[in-house]
Amino acid sequence: MNQSPSAAAVPPIIEIANLVKQFGRFAALRGVTAEFAPARLYVILGDNGAGKTTLLRSLAGLSRPTRGSISIAGKTDLREVCRQIGYMAHPTLLYDELSAMENLGYFARLYEINDSSRCANVITTVKLDPSLERPVAQYSQGMRQRLSLARALLHEPQILLLDEPFSNVDVRSAHDMVALLASMRSAGKTIFVVTHQATLLAETADEFIWMEAGQIVDRTAHLKTAEAP
Amino acid sequence: MNSLAGITRATLAKDLRLEWRSKDAINSMLFFALLVVVVFSFSFDPNAEESRQIAGGLIWVAFLFAAVVALNQTWARELRNQVLDAYRVSPAPANSLFLAKALGNFIFVTVLEALMTPLFIIFYKLRALGPAWQLIPVALLGTWALVVNGTFFAAISLRTRSREIMLPLLLFPISLPAILGLVNATTFILTGEYSARFWIVLLATYDVIFTIACLLLFETVLHAE
Repeated sequence: MNQSPSAAAVPPIIEIANLVKQFGRFAALRGVTAEFAPARLYVILGDNGAGKTTLLRSLAGLSRPTRGSISIAGKTDLREVCRQIGYMAHPTLLYDELSAMENLGYFARLYEINDSSRCANVITTVKLDPSLERPVAQYSQGMRQRLSLARALLHEPQILLLDEPFSNVDVRSAHDMVALLASMRSAGKTIFVVTHQATLLAETADEFIWMEAGQIVDRTAHLKTAEAP
Repeated sequence: MNSLAGITRATLAKDLRLEWRSKDAINSMLFFALLVVVVFSFSFDPNAEESRQIAGGLIWVAFLFAAVVALNQTWARELRNQVLDAYRVSPAPANSLFLAKALGNFIFVTVLEALMTPLFIIFYKLRALGPAWQLIPVALLGTWALVVNGTFFAAISLRTRSREIMLPLLLFPISLPAILGLVNATTFILTGEYSARFWIVLLATYDVIFTIACLLLFETVLHAE
């Protein structure tokens, strides 16, 4: 069992058992078995094609396992726990023609959030201006990334799955995002970050998960700097 | 039920707003339908009697092809930035998305029909000899028949490589009963030779069956990889 080195006593919030995901003849995940404790920040590392994004999509319920199972908060039907999961993909998952408030307003309706101030608050949390009326298409790449994070945080999920949240984000904004993630982890959220900029999280992350060829090959409490991407 | 209606309304409002800003679907549909009206009018130059005989087929084939443009657009904007994934990870019911898309397409195609019908009347010198009011239920039922299946099959062809070609290949054969009903009902009303009642009932039955089938199957389509 691939288990966190320092969190073995805490009951896991996520259990993955022999997870296999095949796309045709290509196996993106090859028998991943792991447990993850709650309220921790995990960084998933690995080369391109190692299976990081597929693992994240599987946890989000977007990619159905070919074999094996995923259990989140004791449920194997991930639709039952979708309100507890916030997913930020590499693409923004936003409508370019709509403004930030219009985008989040729509996604709030999907989660039946009726508090109209929630959208403005979460936009402010990621250091954007909710009164900005221009469409997202006119945002910088970094602003889009932050708005994408805001969309993932909108329904206050317990588990956050973030795929490359720092790509195209300037250094200061990236550090702001890291501080935000740290505060959310302290508030009890479980966070998974797939990134090629692991050094940003070197001091903050609880655990680094190393993937290679569709498998978890190592789990360490510290970033192995020699191998760090 | 509240959630289904509320999310359907929110998704429809979002789609109408997106279309209002981009005008992608309506412009392409209008341009295409306009071309058909003008080109066929100059090619055949029919008299009033001939027009009544061929107009049913011509009008609905023009609207069908134009509708395919809108149907492709409707899902294409969900693929940009993979926004559809945001819907898929949410607890929102799949049928809300389907109903909103189908209603949106229904509105777009109805607007197209409303704008193009006067042109058809002028270019083809059309005057109904039968009960003209029946053209309204025929148009509404026929348009729903085209868009409900079109929305469903556009979603199926979403992940295929050549979805612009795949959609007509899937949609046209299954829409044949509806097209037959539309063309015959319209021709009978225009010529006044026979009653269009049978074809109107057929269209209504077709709508009920395919709407239920699409609603039952859409969740599987949405969450397919």
